Amino acid sequence: MSLPGTAIHSPQAPARSATRAAADESTAPVLALSGIGKRFQGVVALHDVGFTVRPGEVMALLGENGAGKSTLVKILTGIHQPDEGSIALAGREVRFTSAQDAMRGGITAVHQETVMFEDLSVAENIWIGRQPLCGKPRRIDWRRMEEESRALFARLEVDLPVRAKVKDLSVAQRHFVEIARALSQQAQVVIMDEPTAALSHHEIGELYRIIGQLRRAGTAVIFISHKFDEIYAVADRYTVLRDGRFIASGELADITEQQLVALMVGREVGQVFSRVANQTSGQVAPVLEVNHLSHPSEFDGVSFSVHPGEIVGFYGLVGAGRSEVMHALFGLSPEARGTVRIDGREVRLTSPAQAIAHGLAYVPEDRQRQGALLSLPIFQNITLPVLPGIGFFLRRHRRREIGIARHLCEQLELKASHFHQHVAQLSGGNQQKVVLAKWLATQPRVLILDEPTKGIDIGSKAAVHRFIGELVAQGLAVILVSSELPEVMGMSDRIVVMHQGRVQQVFTREQASAEALAAAASGGLHGDAATATSAGDPTWH
Amino acid sequence: MALNFLISRRAPAAARRDAGEALWRRREPLLALLTVVLILLVGLRAPVFLSTQSMDNLLTDSAITIMLALTQMLVILTRGIDLSVASNLALSGMMSALLAMHFPVLPVGVFILMAVVIGLLLGLLNGWLIGYLELPPIVVTLGSMSVYRGMVFVLSGGAWVSSRNMPADFVAFPLARLGGLTHLVWLGALAVVAIWFLARHTRFGRDLYAIGNDPSAAAYVGIASPARLLWTYGLSGAMAGLAGYLWVARYAVAYTEIAYGFELTVIAACVIGGISIAGGVGQVSGAVLGALFLSVINNALPIMRISPFWQSALTGMVILCAVILNARGKQGGRKQILPLHGQKSLTTGSTA
Repeated sequence: MSLPGTAIHSPQAPARSATRAAADESTAPVLALSGIGKRFQGVVALHDVGFTVRPGEVMALLGENGAGKSTLVKILTGIHQPDEGSIALAGREVRFTSAQDAMRGGITAVHQETVMFEDLSVAENIWIGRQPLCGKPRRIDWRRMEEESRALFARLEVDLPVRAKVKDLSVAQRHFVEIARALSQQAQVVIMDEPTAALSHHEIGELYRIIGQLRRAGTAVIFISHKFDEIYAVADRYTVLRDGRFIASGELADITEQQLVALMVGREVGQVFSRVANQTSGQVAPVLEVNHLSHPSEFDGVSFSVHPGEIVGFYGLVGAGRSEVMHALFGLSPEARGTVRIDGREVRLTSPAQAIAHGLAYVPEDRQRQGALLSLPIFQNITLPVLPGIGFFLRRHRRREIGIARHLCEQLELKASHFHQHVAQLSGGNQQKVVLAKWLATQPRVLILDEPTKGIDIGSKAAVHRFIGELVAQGLAVILVSSELPEVMGMSDRIVVMHQGRVQQVFTREQASAEALAAAASGGLHGDAATATSAGDPTWH
Repeated sequence: MALNFLISRRAPAAARRDAGEALWRRREPLLALLTVVLILLVGLRAPVFLSTQSMDNLLTDSAITIMLALTQMLVILTRGIDLSVASNLALSGMMSALLAMHFPVLPVGVFILMAVVIGLLLGLLNGWLIGYLELPPIVVTLGSMSVYRGMVFVLSGGAWVSSRNMPADFVAFPLARLGGLTHLVWLGALAVVAIWFLARHTRFGRDLYAIGNDPSAAAYVGIASPARLLWTYGLSGAMAGLAGYLWVARYAVAYTEIAYGFELTVIAACVIGGISIAGGVGQVSGAVLGALFLSVINNALPIMRISPFWQSALTGMVILCAVILNARGKQGGRKQILPLHGQKSLTTGSTA
């Protein structure tokens, strides 16, 4: 995610040491990428990425969210085709046109989003599309399939019933099914895209052991993770991507965690956003207080407060439960328990309509599906939540509707040819502005922004940031959920870090550093931030 | 065995399902029981319904519904729907009748083969549009439903082809008997075995389940969805073609409105049989039982002197009950995502 004014420099980077490592290593690389480029509808996702992996080696692929790791994985597994560059597998150049191609070529992946068929059995999930056949007419050899699945689990030392349907399994168990699938393909290269995200400490140990087995068998492993302790535990070498570009690669033994973070972030975080920290928030009463908000399966004991004129950032890994907390606040999960106070008065939020009436507004992460009605014109999108207050039968109502929309669009610098343009025709950044404008039309007291700048271009990003700053200066309280460290650190007055559904740690603006936040997000309490309040303490505001 | 704490919590549920769970909680035995009870209840009021001849009739009448429900099931498994089966049936039936009228000397096998081939081609057209052009199945088959029905009228000029115009063996084949049962029943049984084998024991069939469960995951594991969809709709079309010949020959008449609205009966049979419209869930036994159940209602109502207009209302009620049953079956069994409270210290102990 490059930002305006980004100075790309790599402090003490052992840059391109990969070439050195490869030279003194006798084994030929099993996988060599060079000059890989990919764009989606004009947006560059990857540009000139190249690295090599040797047999029996674990390569850590590092980068912030949006650095292009997942795109690279999809190219390697044949889901996407690169626009430029070449992939060489065991010395021969290959071109994968489908997932099947990549699999036959010997590359498999344990994907970030689980690739599972809920209503099929565990054994079928492992062998789907490649089931062993027997007899005449050729038919699936169910017995052999189940026996080989049992053998795979025995090798993994995991006890799973092979006939159980996947929908009855836990997340961790699903991961083992995926790993068994990758093993069963006897691949030369196994890619693991954040395989530990949902695993417990014990299970992660199991995973390390499995990776050890793969390594001894001469399989190359590409390991993607945000957790440095894991990376140092399993990987031999690293490759860092940033903003879709290759940044550095080398031996992990030669580099410290701090140096890696610097390579991944690649900029002075504090300089990116020029928002001045709020000074007065300590003196006024909080507008929103949340106490021990819990959900049966998503999050537990979440407490925090937000003051007028304050931005509270929510940072954490994907799946940490941040968005789910916001859904609950906005009345979207009736199962949630806990108390919510607005202006000191306890309120029950069981539907979005109630939440809006109490002055909350929520801009969801997935604006295509949850935020904007793409097939309606801009002004109708903006005025949707306030229509009952305007009326919609008469011409003068329509004029007032457009008036409201125009005012907000001017504030947001929305670029559109006219207000009747359909939202689907706008760019991602402008769509996001429409969604923002829509919620501002309700004149909220607390604005919840879930990944407000995800996937939008730099210019729009800056406009959105500036606008959020203006709103806060006018006394609005903002909750900013973001997976981008620079954004969270640059914008927030305080930062709540969540891990596995719980508040792990709370930082003030001064306490927050990229390393401390990253450490807390992966489950640790960072030493530098010893003064910060620890998790679960409801009395820290 | 590091996963023991997980297994101990979850495996019992899985194991129970594995062992066949409670029999009454599964759709197929329940439906079979319901069908038998219904037959006996009707038999109580009108004993003639239980006679061998009446049962023979019931099976013969249900054969075409069963055959079409089987291939419709394959389509629905992929999250699709084939609304064009009845029009396809009418068109291929009409074409084989016209062929028989103009070339009465040809053996009956040629007419059957022709009906199947025409049906196959019509189905492949659907499959190509849905699989390769990625158009939504409901729109494509809604369109082809009208097109095929219109073509029946164009070909026949709106005229009927009646038994006088058809060769004797053409008309006789469906109801001719082999070992005491009609050819229709034998063909139906053959279709059941063939589709069961396809759905349960071939990669083709299992791929359809995978596509219906999660289309994008199917792409990730390398399933060639376009080709699978092409042939699934092709198969549905071929079956409609065969059914077209059987229908025309059995009733010894071909006209434009033949089997009008029959696609809805077929889809209803699938829904009653527990085949999920959301895709990925369903069994051959369900489709067969669903079709049988509908046929029992259809055959019993006239015997009990209930107005045929009740028939569609009853069918509708049965469908609603089936959908409610399906929805209730899906509830419960929420996933446990977080580790339980006590394990918190375990999961976060090791940060370097």
